[in-house]
Amino acid sequence: MADQLAIGSRRGLKPALPLLLPAYLWLTVAIFLPLSAMVFFSFMTDLPLAGKEWSFTLGNYAVFFSQSLYSTLLFASLRLGLEVTLWCIVIGYPAAYVLAKVLKGRSREAIFLLVILPFWSNGLVRIFSWAMVLREGGILDTALNAVLPFKINIDLMYSYPAVIIGLVHSYVPYMVLTCYLTLQAIDDSLIEAGRSLGASRRQVLWRVIIPLSMPGLIAGAALIFVPVVGSFMEPRILGGRTGTFYGTVIEDQFVAVFNWPLGAALSFILLAVVLIILALAAPVLRRAG
Amino acid sequence: MAGVQVANVSRSFGAHKALDDVSIDFADGGFYALLGPSGSGKTTLLRQIAGFDFPDAGRIAIGGESVERVPVEKRRIGMVFQNYALFPNMSVADNIAFGLSVRGEPKATIAKEVQRALDLVQLGKLGGRKPHQLSGGQRQRVALARAIVTKPRVLLLDEPLGALDKALRVDMQIELKRIQREIGITTIFVTHDQEEALTMSDRIGILRDGRMVQEGPPEEIYDRPQSEFAATFLGDANIFRGNATGFGIKLPDGTTIAASTGASVPAGAKASCAVRPERIRISTGAAKPDPANANTLTGRVSKRIFAGNNSTYFVDRDGQTLKVIVQNTGAERLAEGEPVVLSWSPDSTVLIAA
Repeated sequence: MADQLAIGSRRGLKPALPLLLPAYLWLTVAIFLPLSAMVFFSFMTDLPLAGKEWSFTLGNYAVFFSQSLYSTLLFASLRLGLEVTLWCIVIGYPAAYVLAKVLKGRSREAIFLLVILPFWSNGLVRIFSWAMVLREGGILDTALNAVLPFKINIDLMYSYPAVIIGLVHSYVPYMVLTCYLTLQAIDDSLIEAGRSLGASRRQVLWRVIIPLSMPGLIAGAALIFVPVVGSFMEPRILGGRTGTFYGTVIEDQFVAVFNWPLGAALSFILLAVVLIILALAAPVLRRAG
Repeated sequence: MAGVQVANVSRSFGAHKALDDVSIDFADGGFYALLGPSGSGKTTLLRQIAGFDFPDAGRIAIGGESVERVPVEKRRIGMVFQNYALFPNMSVADNIAFGLSVRGEPKATIAKEVQRALDLVQLGKLGGRKPHQLSGGQRQRVALARAIVTKPRVLLLDEPLGALDKALRVDMQIELKRIQREIGITTIFVTHDQEEALTMSDRIGILRDGRMVQEGPPEEIYDRPQSEFAATFLGDANIFRGNATGFGIKLPDGTTIAASTGASVPAGAKASCAVRPERIRISTGAAKPDPANANTLTGRVSKRIFAGNNSTYFVDRDGQTLKVIVQNTGAERLAEGEPVVLSWSPDSTVLIAA
């Protein structure tokens, strides 16, 4: 990091400006402006639409602290984020390992495509197709009952597991991709060196491969955890009544209740909590990496 | 410590025969070089001995114990890789400690052994550095220390000096040899650098297309190559081809070349003779009649390359270019285009069966 800064300052910022400017202009227009509008809204009593009266208030933030419902939901969402991230590691890391270290050539390309495929399909279509699979009398239920000699009832629809399944499906490619990149960068001779020194495959995995792929695991976890905590589409469609999370409550404020100021305030509280979690985790993760 | 026996080992990758019935004995405590051009199977052979790959057929024994189906981590070998393969996330000391630590040695023992290994490779104070803070030569030493600290039975080196520049390479050759003598470990060393093989090893095995072409002490291979390939791959050689006469060969133009070393080839069969460039004398007049000058040819200097302590003359003769190396003794140098007489002794001529 220090080296990069040193190189940057030696060459000077000026020549880099034309390269930086488009990105920063776009970020300013597309993110900073709407976001500042939202900060503004979060301190208002009502929307300044149709000549409604409004004034500044801290009330929207106070709501979060005065009603335990919101903090309960926030904790539920954080737990959801943690669980989905863990499942993505459990499912995605071995897949990334096989892609990077076991498969070569054609078969690698084919499997890689299958991993990326969810990215290319519409999110909503993906979720509704899960609904077809998970509901009672759905594809999973019918298939299992056709194979098994006894009758079982599979109705995962509108349950916590359904939300987890849908979210893991949507986000696991991030974990596969970030881990694939770091795993691929690990020279095979390091693995061979470990084994030549008497380490079993498992010892090589824990002492060499996982520590060296930690940056990919961390990047993947951050890419998954943050949006899952604020997710609303999967919880609403696959979770039904059990799918009330912090993200769905925010969505309600914007699309159902039209209480944009409260929705904005809840969003910024989420943002702050996520930033605090990432900041607290950073030193631990850095040491691990 | 232990010797290594490789007997009739074959290994194919698809249709490609990487090793074809290779046998070689590595005696306990010896320093061996496996020499060959790229694709000759030398690295494949090393990987079979290490246990990264298993042979299709044949037997490999370390210290008399069959290991051809034993995985690498159970073979108790030490290996130095071409790119050193140091763990980038660990300090130098942790790299060296790795093998002892996975074995579950107590911390105090590990610390003591690591320091001893660091001292052996003369890196005593660098234990706390990360690999990326070291020079190429230092990394090489760490890789060596890491490979020997576990007291392996055999030390395997895969072109370990290939990534170093020339001056450092010579230093490391001496250093490697010193360390090997000090701990007396059987060492097998893969290289494509013939000079490295000649200067460092007690014995050399030359491989070509997956076969062991010749095996023996460097002097023997250099002085008595058994094939044109061995003669030209290990050092330079002038090759004459013709028909065997019983004690030499007759060239197509009728010239005879006498040879007193090498294979015995029945008269009339195709054969060749190899002569090292430094064994040939070059002069402007006829050579003195002397048994040491029994082989005589005439030709014309086509090119001279001056290299300080010696000069290389390229002499054209009947469509063939011969190479002659002359020490710089202060004698008069020959000009390009000059007609010359080449002469050498039958003792310097090796007969090779075709």
